[in-house]
Amino acid sequence: MVKINGEAKEIAGKNLLEYLIENGFNPDHLVVERNLEIIQKEQFGSVTIQDEDVIEVLRFVGGG
Amino acid sequence: MEDKFVLGGKEFKSRFILGSGKYNLNLIKAAVEQGGAEIITLALRRANTQEKDNILDFIPKGVTLLPNTSGARNAEEAVRIARLSRAMGCGDFVKIEIMRDAKYLFPDNYETVKATEILAKEGFVVLPYMNPDLNVARDLQNAGAAAVMPLAAPIGSNKGLATKAMIQVLIDEIDLPIIVDAGIGKPSQACEAMEMGAAAIMANTAIATAGDVPEMAAAFKLAIEAGRKAYLTGMGRVLARGGSASDPLTGFLR
Repeated sequence: MVKINGEAKEIAGKNLLEYLIENGFNPDHLVVERNLEIIQKEQFGSVTIQDEDVIEVLRFVGGG
Repeated sequence: MEDKFVLGGKEFKSRFILGSGKYNLNLIKAAVEQGGAEIITLALRRANTQEKDNILDFIPKGVTLLPNTSGARNAEEAVRIARLSRAMGCGDFVKIEIMRDAKYLFPDNYETVKATEILAKEGFVVLPYMNPDLNVARDLQNAGAAAVMPLAAPIGSNKGLATKAMIQVLIDEIDLPIIVDAGIGKPSQACEAMEMGAAAIMANTAIATAGDVPEMAAAFKLAIEAGRKAYLTGMGRVLARGGSASDPLTGFLR
């Protein structure tokens, strides 16, 4: 089981970039962290999501 | 002579740092333009596929982005957020914001110093939000902060310069730009802080909750400029007692 933005999902084995695109994210606007390590944008396509991964998909929003 | 505001090696004409929270993305461009702001703050949050709009598309080109570390409860979390924000590829500026008090939203000064030290060493331009205290401001300076951001009043309160005397101490004693952040609710309060010698004003809620967001940004611009000009000019003196006529006292009835 993979935890992505706090939700448990069965997506182990999937390519990160494909997962993001299929789920309606625009990869250009995101920063991704996997198991507390930052994944650079250029590497989204070369990352395979592993079982037990904890992934955060983040973006900028309004703030003070 | 042109009055430039230098922060992290960058020169700014404007001394107004605008927040982007709590109002419609469609108003950001107008608020930035009307307010003349050259720095805008942002927050980092979990992305959600339902929201297609990207805030970066609403911010005019050339505006420096200042991501904050809101949500962080300790130095470790703030460092994590800062690094993730930098990975967005929008520069090295970061506003450290560390809170563990949910009622007043007061920053944790101790954790803020720790995060400042780590991030400054990593090349960030670190702007720490802090509870005004001279010793902590000195610690932040030694830790490599590019400026110090004391709060005027609790975040989002619009209560004005509740910490005025302490902010004045920081302005007088700390050799870094003092940016008054949080609690400034009206242009007159921004003006007053600038008259005191603050280097810049950061405001969000005062503008976000105003009747007209871009117009209030414009009002803040004028107030900040007026206060800055007054500070640079040197204030007129205050009499300890009595009055002093502004007109010649002789030449007609006497």
